[in-house]
Amino acid sequence: MWLAEGAPEGISLFLPPLDELVQSIIYIGIVAVVVWKYAVPRYLKTLDERAYVIEGGIKRSQEAEEEIARVRAGLEGEKEAARMEAAKVREEARADANAIVAEAKSKASEEARRIQESAQRQITSERQSAEVALRKDVGALATQLAEKIVGESLKDQDLSSRVIDRFLNELEAETAAGKRA
Amino acid sequence: MTLKGASLGAMLASGEGEGGMHMPTLDELYPAPFWKIGDWFEFNRLDMIRVIAIAAVLLLLYLGARRTALVPGRGQSTFELAMGFVHKQICEAAMSPQMARRYLPFIATIFFTVLGLNITGVLPGFNVSSNALVAVPLIFAVCAWVAFVAQGIKSHGLGHYLAENLFPKGAPKVMYILLTPIEFLSTFILRPVTLTVRLMANMIAGHFLLTAFFVMTSYLMIEGGGLLKGLGLVTGAVSFIFVLFEIFIACLQAFIFAILTSVYIGLAAEEH
Repeated sequence: MWLAEGAPEGISLFLPPLDELVQSIIYIGIVAVVVWKYAVPRYLKTLDERAYVIEGGIKRSQEAEEEIARVRAGLEGEKEAARMEAAKVREEARADANAIVAEAKSKASEEARRIQESAQRQITSERQSAEVALRKDVGALATQLAEKIVGESLKDQDLSSRVIDRFLNELEAETAAGKRA
Repeated sequence: MTLKGASLGAMLASGEGEGGMHMPTLDELYPAPFWKIGDWFEFNRLDMIRVIAIAAVLLLLYLGARRTALVPGRGQSTFELAMGFVHKQICEAAMSPQMARRYLPFIATIFFTVLGLNITGVLPGFNVSSNALVAVPLIFAVCAWVAFVAQGIKSHGLGHYLAENLFPKGAPKVMYILLTPIEFLSTFILRPVTLTVRLMANMIAGHFLLTAFFVMTSYLMIEGGGLLKGLGLVTGAVSFIFVLFEIFIACLQAFIFAILTSVYIGLAAEEH
């Protein structure tokens, strides 16, 4: 054990001896310099750097969020525009389709009328040519008949004349009826 | 004023009249020097403990602050935790953030030095804190006094600062006869005195408490018979609890010294 030197009495308990004071001041001074020049600056430097990095990170993430919000809003707008565009296209297509159908219908009825008219015309002309041909044949037949009649009964002048007249009258009547028909 | 006479252990020892149990006295805090230079410089056991504690504090500060990585390792984290505690819980608790940064080296010096010197009180082999001697507490108390007075003069000017502290606003003029001496005493005298005595007395008391229990335990276990050995087990268990308690006290006193200094400086700077 260390031998006790004896404690100071009274107030001198609170008055440090000079050697102790000097030692303590030197030690505290050394610690103070190390803390002041080394430990605290390094601590604060790290703290500030870290705060800077964290603030930067927060700022970057905020910017990214804003960017996302902006893009999302843009997309929403574009979607709406596309929807409207589609509706417009559909509307136009429907109108076009209606127009095309109407046009086709009118074209078809026109065609039909045209075909009908030309058929009518053909029928008319064929009938006329048939009438002409018939008239020619009727003439020839009449002549043949006349020759026969002339050959057989030319002796009876009055009879032959009556026959010819009646024939021609009938022919006339027939022609008129055919023309009316 | 005889703290010596208050040594319960000594009284107990003499009361039992066995002489085999040496209860701690104040004398133990003033051991004979083993190294002398001239007439005035002496180096004893407590001086040695102080040097070792200071060296340990310096080493830990160096190890902690050696790296300044953004993503800290274990040592750096511990250092930042400790320094951050002083910064946020002690400095910023009492001052503006700008002032806290400015005073951090001062307050951190107080906190780490006092803590380092206190903790030797519970380290086996040392078992005494050199803060049980007046020198270091007194030096820090004087520094704290200088710091808060200087801050007050800097913030308000000498006249205004003294007027604010010695003549509190709102009191009737007659009351200043009573108030001014009280304010002067409490602000400029008692603050450093209480800082010094609080720390020193806590370390003395801690040393006595632990030593008393250790001595009692060993005495009862070795020399006591039968039931007394059982009592020795109890005092042993209690001494273990008191070791934990003294670790807490060592940290608490460092914290109190640092935060009071910080509060005094903060108050001096405050606008009224």
